[in-house]
This record gives sequence, C-alpha cells and structure tokens, in this order.
Amino acid sequence: MTDLLITNAKPYGEEAVDLLVRDGVVAEIGTGLTAEGVGTLDAGGHVLLPGLVDLHVHLREPGGEESETIETGSHAAALGGFTAVFAMPNTDPVADTAVVVEHVRRRGEEVGLVDVHPVGAVTTGLRGEKLAELGTMVSSAAQVRMFSDDGRCVNDPLIMRRALEYASALDVVIAQHAEDHRLTGGAQAHEGAIASRLGLAGWPATAEETVIARDVALAREAGAALHVCHVSSLHSIAVLRAAKAQGVRVSAEVTPHHLLLTDGRLTGYDPVNKVNPPLRTGADTQAMREALAEGVIDVVATDHAPHASQYKDTEWAAAKPGMLGLQTALSVVIHTMVEPGLLDWHGVAQVMSERPAEIGNLPDQGRPIAVGEPATFALVDPDAQWTVRGAALASRAANTPYEGMRLPGAVVATVLRGRITARDGKVVA
Amino acid sequence: MKHLLSIADLDAATATGLLDTASRLKDTLLGREVRKLPTLRGRTVVTLFYEDSTRTRVSFEIAGKWMSADTINVSAKGSSVSKGESLRDTSLTISAMGADCVIVRHPASGAAHRIAGWADKDAGTTGTHTSIVNAGDGTHEHPTQALLDAATLRERLGSVAGRRIGIVGDVLHSRVARSNVLLLSTLGAEVVLIAPPTLLPTGVAEWPCRVAHHLDAELPALDAVMMLRVQAERMHGGFFPSAREYSIAYGLNERRLALLPEGAPVLHPGPMVRGMEIAPAVADAPNAAVLAQVRNGVHVRMAVLYHLLAGAPE
Repeated sequence: MTDLLITNAKPYGEEAVDLLVRDGVVAEIGTGLTAEGVGTLDAGGHVLLPGLVDLHVHLREPGGEESETIETGSHAAALGGFTAVFAMPNTDPVADTAVVVEHVRRRGEEVGLVDVHPVGAVTTGLRGEKLAELGTMVSSAAQVRMFSDDGRCVNDPLIMRRALEYASALDVVIAQHAEDHRLTGGAQAHEGAIASRLGLAGWPATAEETVIARDVALAREAGAALHVCHVSSLHSIAVLRAAKAQGVRVSAEVTPHHLLLTDGRLTGYDPVNKVNPPLRTGADTQAMREALAEGVIDVVATDHAPHASQYKDTEWAAAKPGMLGLQTALSVVIHTMVEPGLLDWHGVAQVMSERPAEIGNLPDQGRPIAVGEPATFALVDPDAQWTVRGAALASRAANTPYEGMRLPGAVVATVLRGRITARDGKVVA
Repeated sequence: MKHLLSIADLDAATATGLLDTASRLKDTLLGREVRKLPTLRGRTVVTLFYEDSTRTRVSFEIAGKWMSADTINVSAKGSSVSKGESLRDTSLTISAMGADCVIVRHPASGAAHRIAGWADKDAGTTGTHTSIVNAGDGTHEHPTQALLDAATLRERLGSVAGRRIGIVGDVLHSRVARSNVLLLSTLGAEVVLIAPPTLLPTGVAEWPCRVAHHLDAELPALDAVMMLRVQAERMHGGFFPSAREYSIAYGLNERRLALLPEGAPVLHPGPMVRGMEIAPAVADAPNAAVLAQVRNGVHVRMAVLYHLLAGAPE
C-alpha cells in the first residue's frame, strides 16, 4: 500500500499542511485534505524532511554478521530517518565484483526498509594495487554509482590517478578515505596533547590533509568527481575550500561524531571512542561545524561502523575502530548545527538528504517536498529528548559512544515512497 | 588507594607517603638476617606479564615475598592467551581465583586501566575487590619505576622539590619518561626533557616540563640526569640517522659527566646499552645510581603493595 494521507506535517518546519500520497508519489498538498480508504499518518505538527541519505555505512554483510547484517542495519537506518544508505565494500568477501555488490543490493531489496546501495571497491581486495572491475559493477544489477576502498586509503598516487580517470567516463564518484598510511603506522589516536599523555601512537592531521591536497589535484586533471570521506581535521578545510574555488569536482562529508566528540574522551581508554579517522580536538569539531554550515563540507555521513563486543571490549590497541551512527545522526546534527543556529531545517535537508543524493547519483532521493515528487520522508519531533542506550539500538552491535547521553530530536516516522518503514521508534515491517 | 594505574592519580601527599613507607621498610629490613615481614600474610599477589621482563617482575615478586604475600607469576607465553583468550577474560579469571592484587605489564597503553575497569565492575557484583598495579603499559606509564627513581633521588639529593632533573633520550616511546615527568613535577622538581625532536611526542609542550635539544648546554645546571634506553627497533625506524650520531649527540660519556655538577647522580631504568646512551665508564662511576635504583625498587614496590592491600599507615 503506497497510498497515504499525512496530516498536520510541517515541511522544513514551515506551515503545517496535509499531503496525499498516491502510488508512492505526492499527489496533493493542502489543508483539510481527506481521502477514502487510505492509510493515515498524523504528523502531529512535527517537522517533515525529505528522507535522509547516508553516503557512508558499514552493514558488515557478507562476512561480519556478528556485528551487523543488512537486515539489522536497515532497521537502524529506518529508525534513524534514512531512506537510502551506501554500504561500504570492506566486507568478507570484499565487494569488488558484480557478484558481491548484487548480493548486497538484493538483500537490501528483500528487507525493503531502505534503499541499500552497495559501494564498490576501487581496487581488488582493497589492496590498493589493481583496479577492480568498476565498469562491470556499474552495469550490474546493483548499479553501483560510488566506489571506495574505505577503511583503507588508495595510497598509491598512480592507482588513484587511474581510478579517477577511469571513473570519469563511467560518471561515478570515487570516495577516498584520506589517510597517508606511511604517516599513520600503528596510529591509535589523534596526534596531540591527549595521545602523547596517554602513550597512544599519533594519527597526525597531516596524513589526511596531504592526501586530500594530492587527490584534488588528480581529480582536477582527470575532470573526475572526488568525494572525501569523513573529514576530521580543520587543516583539511582550507584545502577543500581552495579546490572548490578552483572548480574541482570535489565533495566532502563529516561524521556526526566529528561534529560533537573530541579526543578528551580517550582518557579512560574505552575503545568505544576509537574510530578512524580519530576523534580530534575541540578546535577541529568547531571547524567541522562551520565548514558544514558554509558548504565547504557538503554532507553529513554517519560512517556507521558496528563492531561486536569482542572487537571492542578489549585493550585500546586491540580494538577495532568504528562506532554506531545511524540512529543518533540526526539528533547529533540537531544538537551541533540546528540548536546553535548554524543550520535551519532546509539546511538539514540539504546536508543529510539532497546533497548526498546528488553526490550518490540517486534521482529519486533527496527530492523537494512537492507535488509529483516521491513520498520519501523523515518526520522529526525537534522538541523530543532521549537518552541513548546502545542495547536498545537496532544494530546487532551496541558500540555507541553516546551511551547515556541525552540528545535532542526524535524520528517519529520514516516514509519510503509512500510506505511507512518506521513509526514511533518501531520498524514497520 | 584502590589501584596504581598512573602517576597522574597520585597527589604530592600520597606520593610522598609511598616514598616514606618505602624508606621506613628499607630501614626496617636493613641488616636483618630474615628479611620477611608478616604484613601481607594470606594475601595473594599475581604478576601478569604480557611482555618479557626480568627486573620488574622479579622486583615485584621479591617485594611480595618479603611482605609474606603468596606471589604467583603468570606469563602470557604458555597461558590461555596463546589460545586466543581476551585480556578481559584472562584478567577476570585471575581475579576470580582470589587474587588480591594483579600486577600487569602489557604492550598496549591503557591495558591496566581496562583491567581495573573490568575488575571494579566485577567487584560490584561479587563484592571481592582486586587491586591492579600498572607495571608498564605500552608507551604510557610505569608508575613504580618513577617512584623508585624518586626514592633514589631523595636518597642522593636529600629532596626532590626544587631540584632540576634532566631526562635524556627516547621520550616518545618511554613510559618511564611519562611517569617520571608527572611524579617529579608533582613533587616539586623542575624537569627538563632533552632529546631530538623526532623522539619527542607532539603535544609535549603541554607536559609539566621544559624541552631542550642540546645536552651539553643543559648538563651544568642539572641536579641529576636520567638516561633513557634507546630500544634497538628505534635505531632502524628513521628517528635519527645512526646509532653513532645519536651516541655523539645524546650519549652520556666521560666528557659530559664532567659537565654535570660534582656528584650529581646518573640514573638509568635499565637495561643499559653501554656505549650507546651511556658510556661504560659512566655506568660504573660513583655517580651512577643504577643499582641503588634496583634496590629501592623492591622497597617501593613493598610500599605500593602495603598501601593497596593493608591500607595506608596513619
């Protein structure tokens, strides 16, 4: 059933309206709308946004099902207000062939709660040595539109050059995990005062900044689209700003945790705070917020990275990097961007839906709330407050750094092409 | 004191109390034929070492035995660790067997903090408390080494407060340096780190100490100097051009010894690499306090066990 009457919703927080959905498409917007034999969603005067799009998640399937599956990850996505996610290829086997990406896409469709778009690997086995069959993945049933070796950087400048050149003819984007591995050998934490005191090997901000600088030059020459994953250092902002001013086709994302959390949290050595790139300083989080407001950073992407407890409840060095993000992302953005007045609801729609859909080349996501457009929405109660409990999140793993934290804003409902996928904190199967 | 994880957890009074206890224990045992005190009879102390170590493990073991504790040594080699057991499970297993104190050395910074966290959580449900002592965690800290260094400096200099202590060498990778900077500054000393920039951590400017790069310029104004070992794996890590150049720039040779004020003690946490960071003649000079450090190590560790397991004396 993809007919739906949504009443008393405030698109982008503006005047309350009713929306009538027919066949998954908005057929009418007005006040006092009625329809016979149609399911209704009383929006209660809450904020209606286009469905959120996440360019960066790890769903762990295939191979890491003890941490997350496409099903549990889809639940988390729907509950977080997402209607499309991009699943990174660092699975086992790696998503570097049509077979694997088609499997991911198909599992996403079977679950049916969120559009799961597999990201293909740039290089075979994420080894950074040889291009994967990008063209085959593009033309496969998975219709891959983004490639990344995320988790690893495409460090070899020649491989990166070739990837960008090759991708330019396929009209796909290369998403780079910017980390010069030569500068981050053994790195455990942001290189700075905290890491030096804790005796944790440093991950210098220069390892990110230098790769971004190199890649924007390569993208400029190749005329290719480059997307920079999880920007974390304030020094990277100047590089991105200059590249954009030159007209380089570069976009960038920031994670919710790099908007909010700092390396000050590391003092207890709890690996729930271990993530790559690492949590940096307050000056960095502030720079991330300003760059996102300014548009130098285009989008928020979660880097949702579930890890089962055996990979996290360990000594710091042994723990895997990564944290849950799908169900807390919008709340963190409200807290860090909306509450301080850096973004309004149109801005939230832009950085969490419209721009990600554009970068990911999704024609039916991130669309305006208007007649004739897909009824794909996130309904948000901006005044709600909730306390994060990892065990209560939908992911298989519970590795949230926000445990016990009180955050603003709750997703009341998620709608995918007229179908309610989540409602009042419950998945609608 | 519940655990001893970091010098940062000690205020000046607590640290001084530990040093005073160590000094009293040393005096008590001096010249005794039977070096055994009944204080910790019936208590169980386990050393859990994930790194090779002779001096620290033996020192803790002797300290426990002289206090009449039952001491048991667990080496990560040949234990369930090699079967893939997690640090959490191994440490909780040892706690569950009734260890009153687990002394842990581990290559991961923060390992002792994690074990203490797990032990405290477990104590919340079982009611049995296990004290954790950090005997060296990665490149983080080695608190009892700093305490024995401070005990040695007190002996040689009369006091630590107001003294200027130089720490020379691989500060970046040294848990000894981190603990010493914290403890010596807490006790009122002025600490000067002397090393090439490649062997100093980013962020060292925020430590409670001064940083210098030229050893000769600093030596005349130091009350004591502590040489750090240059680990073999660093020599090939590109941190400095060659062992030879390092030795020329930062090694404590006889010429440099003469630059120090007369009688200024020379400390080294051991094991020494003679001819590298310290010349043989300097290592054996009257200034050298290396064996005094080792002797004090036992008394300091006795004091730590005493404060943890029997409570600080009034």
